[in-house]
Amino acid sequence: MYGFLIAVGVLLLLSIIWMVYRIQTLVSVVKGSDKKIASSSNKINAILFVVFLVAVGGLMFWYSIKEFDNYQLPIASEHGVVTDQLFWITMAVTGVVFLITHVLLFIFPYKYQYKENRKATFYPDNNKLEIIWTVVPGIVLAGLVISGWMAWSDITAPAPENAHVVEIMGYQFAWDIRYPGKDNILGDYDYRLTTAQNGMGVDFSDKNAIDDFSSPVVVIPKGEPVLFKIRARDVLHSVFAPHMRLKMDAVPGMPTRFWFVPTKTTAEMREELGNPEFNYEIACTEICGQGHNSMRRVIEVVEPAEYQKWVSEQKTFIQTNPALADGIEVEVKEVADIQK
Amino acid sequence: MATATVATHDTGAHDHHDHEHHDNFVTKYIFSTDHKMIAKQYLVSGMFWALIGGFLSILFRLQLGFPDMNLEFLRPLLGGWITDTGQLDPTFYLALVTMHGTIMVFFVLTAGLSGTFSNFLIPLQIGARDMASGFMNMLSFWFFFISGVIMFISLFIKTGPAGGGWVVYPPLSALEQAIPGSGLGMTLWLIAMTFFIASSLMGGINYITTVINLRTKGMSFSRLPLTIWAFFLTAVIGLLSFPVLFAAALLLVFDRSFGTSFYLSDIYIGGEALPNTGGSPVLYQHLFWFLGHPEVYIVLLPALGITSEVIATNSRKPIFGYKAMIISMLGITILSFIVWAHHMFVSGMNPFLGSIFMFLTLIIAVPSAVKVFNYLTTLWRGNLIFTPAMLFSIGLVSFFISGGLTGIFLGNSAIDIQLHDTYFVVAHFHLVMGSASFFGMIAGIYHWFPKMFGRMMDARLGYVHFWLTFVGVYMVFFPMHYIGIAGFPRRYYSWTNFEFSNMYTDLNMFVSVAAIITFGAQFIFMFNFFYSMYRGRKATPNPWRSNTLEWTTPIEPGHGNWPGEIPTVYRWPYDYSKPGAEEDFIPQTVPLSATPESNLPHEQEKVKEELEIMKEEESEVLVANESKH
Repeated sequence: MYGFLIAVGVLLLLSIIWMVYRIQTLVSVVKGSDKKIASSSNKINAILFVVFLVAVGGLMFWYSIKEFDNYQLPIASEHGVVTDQLFWITMAVTGVVFLITHVLLFIFPYKYQYKENRKATFYPDNNKLEIIWTVVPGIVLAGLVISGWMAWSDITAPAPENAHVVEIMGYQFAWDIRYPGKDNILGDYDYRLTTAQNGMGVDFSDKNAIDDFSSPVVVIPKGEPVLFKIRARDVLHSVFAPHMRLKMDAVPGMPTRFWFVPTKTTAEMREELGNPEFNYEIACTEICGQGHNSMRRVIEVVEPAEYQKWVSEQKTFIQTNPALADGIEVEVKEVADIQK
Repeated sequence: MATATVATHDTGAHDHHDHEHHDNFVTKYIFSTDHKMIAKQYLVSGMFWALIGGFLSILFRLQLGFPDMNLEFLRPLLGGWITDTGQLDPTFYLALVTMHGTIMVFFVLTAGLSGTFSNFLIPLQIGARDMASGFMNMLSFWFFFISGVIMFISLFIKTGPAGGGWVVYPPLSALEQAIPGSGLGMTLWLIAMTFFIASSLMGGINYITTVINLRTKGMSFSRLPLTIWAFFLTAVIGLLSFPVLFAAALLLVFDRSFGTSFYLSDIYIGGEALPNTGGSPVLYQHLFWFLGHPEVYIVLLPALGITSEVIATNSRKPIFGYKAMIISMLGITILSFIVWAHHMFVSGMNPFLGSIFMFLTLIIAVPSAVKVFNYLTTLWRGNLIFTPAMLFSIGLVSFFISGGLTGIFLGNSAIDIQLHDTYFVVAHFHLVMGSASFFGMIAGIYHWFPKMFGRMMDARLGYVHFWLTFVGVYMVFFPMHYIGIAGFPRRYYSWTNFEFSNMYTDLNMFVSVAAIITFGAQFIFMFNFFYSMYRGRKATPNPWRSNTLEWTTPIEPGHGNWPGEIPTVYRWPYDYSKPGAEEDFIPQTVPLSATPESNLPHEQEKVKEELEIMKEEESEVLVANESKH
């Protein structure tokens, strides 16, 4: 019944629009305004551009200011401060250009709308102007590029020797985390060794793998460099830690890395935001299939002392599942036994 | 020598024209070799695909804006893709995103835009009877058509169409185990794209050849309308970059079907370790973006060309900096080939490459900026007439600025770390590439409709269409910047799994509503288009009082475009409001010697030269006519 009523309503509306359309066409034919070069609509359109400028410009400013704290994510890494600063410098520069060009773009239509007795200015070129507006943007962009390049070089420079290594492996649809243990060296892996029990394909015949351990949460120390070693097991994924301003693709067959220094512990951030539930998160930003939007891991940033304590309390892969040590060489096994 | 061949060609074609009156339905409307009919075929196909592509976006916008909505009413259409709880299937959501991108980028903005306007305008604006090869032109359309049919079929198969994003990165697109769309759907995608590439190449070769070889007498490169420059450079870009996409696709086919490992390495999936080793998914990304980035300019340059023409005509002013515009376009063409890896800053490629590509990328912003300033100066002290085409062109400039400026953020690799693959990127390219090109296409349709169908489109409906679409597009894409800065990733079925993105449901709802209204507004255009085709006001020969050659043809040009000889060109196409001239426009066919009152000093010098050429020409026509008898 409702469907029928809606259909009738729509039909009625359409026929009214149709009538109005036909009438205005006929009126304009009678008036002869369709013969004119520019009808009265010209003025309306010219005014609408100014209205658009004021209304939408106002809306943009109002919303940008009102929502600032919502879309501006808190920063929790050292390089994040730098990249955010670059972001806002770029915003200032482009914002000025955006405003000036748009004011001109929408004021000109009003100011120079068609008048029968006026003639447009024949102004085909001016090389000086062209050079100015080639060179000036060139210089401004060079400034932005150089500051961006310096930041980029720092961020992508090799990680410091003492960086805490964490391996993150993406698969459909979760992340597995591996810590190198006391030796701070991750053991070898081979994707062919992957089994249900050994999801990361760790090669336990490598001595360095003996003390490796896993964790459901990425725990990292505040104020010390952390190196994420990133890989994928099946398709592309991308590690994205928004508060750390960190993103790096996880590529099957090609390990990638990203190092950074966290600056605020989870507890500190909770206090700062007044949100006791707050967590740093990792998401996936490279389309990877049905569960793409559910690859969540929590990062917990703690004080360095607390971190050391946490590391020493973790149980290694082999401790949690001794079967993993089956079939490995005796010599290596002994090392594992000592550690038990 | 050139003059002689042109003259004989003219008379020859004229001769041919006289016998060309027995077209049947099939040769006239279906297997036509006439560039104007092929252009219309492209246009109508492009509009069909735009509706499909737009509709798909409405479907996934429903999911994003109203995640709890019961979509049971879509079951008759989508069948099993609506889950038992009345939700959109998450895999199908990814397929929708993928197909929306593929359709819009390739089928609407590449074929619909270049295919329509390069075909329609190149011969008409350079003064040629038709394309260099009419048959190849026809073949180009029918390859595109086949490609479309295959892509369309893939929408309806049981495992769904390709679902790995429009970039179809392997291994996701290579492994059926990873996502159902990578099965038959992906196979069909690859076949369709192969046909599409073949079609593009045939079209491109034709455009380039025609522009180089078939310009009428006097139509030097420095007198070409900017539209033609744009189409010409677009075709060059396409010709150089599409084969690389073909290579990428071919290697993907090998990986998928013949067990090679170009892109695959160290993969454990579905409880099984695959034998592939040594391949690199990043290789595919390099190959893909070697087309993918120039592709941005393949869709954008024609729109900018159309805009240049429309803005100059309706400002009643010469385009400001004609030469600077050409140099910028040349700059963009060349630079577009060496910026591709800015799509891959965080793909794991060597960060040093990132630095290089950041430098190159920000250089390409300079010619783009020059173009914007030139448009603004063209409007300055003009005498602006707001035809719907003009409105859409001004809208394009606005989008080009808004979307172009956000490109400066994304081209900076340090800032891109955070913004990559978030909604900031979505906002950026939908404005600068999607909406800007779309507006260029619509502007072109409004502007050249009278030439295509001999009738005018209704201007008032055009105004309503413009304002709804212009405001609508900003309401859809501007809020995405906020969502993007907040870190919302792309291609997410829902954001509620994460604390940082578990907000902005109101904003997403707003975007979805705006999208639906904007999509709805396009039906005003559709109505206007088809209604005006049959019932619109009859067009006059030169309704916009424009200078270019196409307006010297009969209102509805037949085969061969000009019934008599092809007119000769004596001046550039932008003599609007020339001081001293009576009218505010002087068509390209008016000799300088006929306008002594408005000639500039350097033009006055050319008058003598011009008179000599005209004399020579007359004698040649006589000779040609002699030899015919």
